[in-house]
Amino acid sequence: MGNLFKIAIRNLKRYKRRTILTASLVAIGVIFVLLFIGVTGSFKTMMTGQMTDSMLGHIQIHRKGYIASIDNLPLTMNMKSQAVKKLEKAFQGMPDVESYSPRIKFGGMFSSFTETTNIRLNGVYPEMEMKTLPLLASRITNGEKTIKKGEIVIPELLSRGMKVNVGDTIVIIATNKDGSVNGKQLRVSGIIESITGPGGRDGYVHIEDAMEILRMEEMEISEIAIRLKDFEKLYSVYNSLTAMLSGELNKQGKPAFEVHTWEGLTPFYNIIRMIDLMTIFIKIMLIAIVLISVMNVMIMAVYERIREIGTIAAIGTMPGKILSMFVIEGFWLGIIGAVVGNIVGIGIIYILKVVKITFDFGRQTGLVLSPVVSLQDIAMISLIVVVVAVLGSLQPAFKASRMEPIKALRHV
Amino acid sequence: MMELVVAEQIQKDYQIGEVALRALSGVSFEIEPASFVSFVGPSGSGKTTLLNLVGCLDKPTGGALRVADTDVLSLDRKQSASFRGANIGFIFQDFNLIPVLTVYENIEYPLLMVQNIPPEERKKRIDKLLEEVGMADQKDKYPDQISGGQKQRVAVARALVTNPKLVLADEPTANLDHKTAYMVIGLMKKMRDEFKTTFIFSTHDQKIVGEAEIIYTLEDGEIVDRQTRKGVNNG
Repeated sequence: MGNLFKIAIRNLKRYKRRTILTASLVAIGVIFVLLFIGVTGSFKTMMTGQMTDSMLGHIQIHRKGYIASIDNLPLTMNMKSQAVKKLEKAFQGMPDVESYSPRIKFGGMFSSFTETTNIRLNGVYPEMEMKTLPLLASRITNGEKTIKKGEIVIPELLSRGMKVNVGDTIVIIATNKDGSVNGKQLRVSGIIESITGPGGRDGYVHIEDAMEILRMEEMEISEIAIRLKDFEKLYSVYNSLTAMLSGELNKQGKPAFEVHTWEGLTPFYNIIRMIDLMTIFIKIMLIAIVLISVMNVMIMAVYERIREIGTIAAIGTMPGKILSMFVIEGFWLGIIGAVVGNIVGIGIIYILKVVKITFDFGRQTGLVLSPVVSLQDIAMISLIVVVVAVLGSLQPAFKASRMEPIKALRHV
Repeated sequence: MMELVVAEQIQKDYQIGEVALRALSGVSFEIEPASFVSFVGPSGSGKTTLLNLVGCLDKPTGGALRVADTDVLSLDRKQSASFRGANIGFIFQDFNLIPVLTVYENIEYPLLMVQNIPPEERKKRIDKLLEEVGMADQKDKYPDQISGGQKQRVAVARALVTNPKLVLADEPTANLDHKTAYMVIGLMKKMRDEFKTTFIFSTHDQKIVGEAEIIYTLEDGEIVDRQTRKGVNNG
C-alpha cells in the first residue's frame, strides 16, 4: 500500500502545474466553505444570543393553547399559582436549568396625560428576569438598568413617539380577565431598545405592579422563560421537560402545558434555517468543484498514461491494484486541497477576528463579527473533500483498470 | 522434455469495421524451455500478434495454445494477469519503463506489485540483476536520465527479476543502434544461459536474427520457414 501512495505522489509531482491548479481549486472551495460557515456561524450565534439572552430565554413554558393566541395576550390562559409552584419545584430538580423567570404578559393603554397609545407589558421579578436574560440590562439605554416597584421601563419607540423620558410619570390602564378596568400611575425608570425592529412595543413592570393593575389576588403567570447552563443541552432539556409535563393534564384530560424552545417563538429562526440551507448549498457547490476538478484531472492522467497502464498490466499488475493507483492519486489531491484550504481558511478567519468587522442587526449596531469554525466543521469539510476526490477518481481509475493491455500498449 | 510453448493451428482474426483481417492462419510450433527463439518477417507478417498471444495479452480466434503447461485460452482476465506475473517477462521496443520510478524501483516493481516478494529477497535479486546488466551504478537514476541502451538493459532486468519461465521481447532492438542492439541481444542470451529462461523475440534486423538459435520466419500470418542454429556464439 505504501508503494501505491509513493507512486501516486510521484505521479502528481510529475504533472506539477496541473496538480497545483487542481489542488488550488479544491483549496479555494474549502476556503469559501470555511469562511461562509465561520461568518454565518458568527451571525447565527449573535442572532441567537440576542434572541435568547435579551428576550426569549432558551425555553418557555405556557399553558396549553397560549402560544396560538399570544397576539391577544389572553389573561384567561395564564397558569395558576399551583401549577407554577409545581413547575418551579421541577426546575429546582433539574441541574441543567440555570434560572427561570415567570412573567405576566398583558396589553394595556399607555397614557402620558396628553396622549394615549397601546402597550404590551411584561410583569417580571427583576432579578429573575435579569438572570434569565443576561443581555436585557444592556438593552436599557437610558435610566436605571433594573425594574423597581412603581416604575416602568418603556420601549424606545413609545418614548420618542409620546415624548416621554426617564423620570416622567405615566398611567397604565388595563382590563383584567373579568373585564373590569384598572389603572396605575408609574414612573418611567428606563428606556429599552427593541431588538426586533421599530415595531417593538414591549415594556417591563414589576410583577407585583402587574398583579395590582390586573387586580390579581393570586399570581397567574402567562409564561415561564428558562435559561440553561449549557445551550448545547437545549433539546435534551426540552425533551425531558416535555416528557415530564406530558403527564400533567387539565380537567378535560388534555395536556395542561406546552413547552417551546426559542426556535418556535420567533420568526428570526427562519433566517437561521435559511442560513443553514445556504450552507448546505455551499457544501454542494464544494462537492461539485472537487468532483469535477478531480475527475477532469484524473481522466487526463489516465489518457496520458495509457501505455504505462498497458505496461504494468502486461507485467501482471492486477486490475484492482491499477484502480487503487489512480484512486490514491485522487485521494492525495483531496488531502492536499483540504490541508491547504483549511490552513488558508483558518488564517483568513483569524485575520477577520483580529480586524473586528462590525455589523448591525435590528436595532443593535456595531455588533462585532467573530467568525469561528469548529473542529467538527473542519473535520466534516475535509472528509467531504477527500471522499468526493476519491469518488471523482473512481470512474477514470475503473477505466484504467479495465483497459486491455494489448490495446493500451498500442496506444500512441 | 516438456515443451514450454505449444501452439496448434493458431488463428487470429481482427475485425476492422466490416472487414475481417486474418493476422495469423494456422500457425503451429513448439518451443522448448531455455530456448533462444526469434520470429522474423516483414511488417504485418504477424510477429507481434503471435508474441501477444503467447504472452497471454490476447487470445487466438482459433486453435490451441499451451504455455507453461497451461491452456491459456481458458484463462479469464484476472487469471491471465496472474499467469503473466508468475510466468512471463516482457521487453518492449520502446523500453516502457515507468518514468516516476528509478532504475532500481523499475526492476523492483514486479516483485513488489505483482509477486509480493519479501524485501530481503527483493534486494538480493535486484542487486544481482543490476550487476548482471551493468546498471548497478545507475540504479538511482530515473529513466529520462539514462540512454536507450541502458533503458533496455533495465527492461531486461525487470523482465527477469521474477524468474519467469519465458521472456517475450517484441522488436527489443528496434530503437537501438547496432552496437547497443548486439549488446542487448548478447545480454539476453547471457541471461538465458544463466537463468535458463526461454527468450522469444521478434525482429526484422537480419544481423540480430543471426543470434537466435531457432528462427521462425513468418509471412502473411503463416510460418514459412524454421531454422535451427545451435551453437551461435554470444555475440
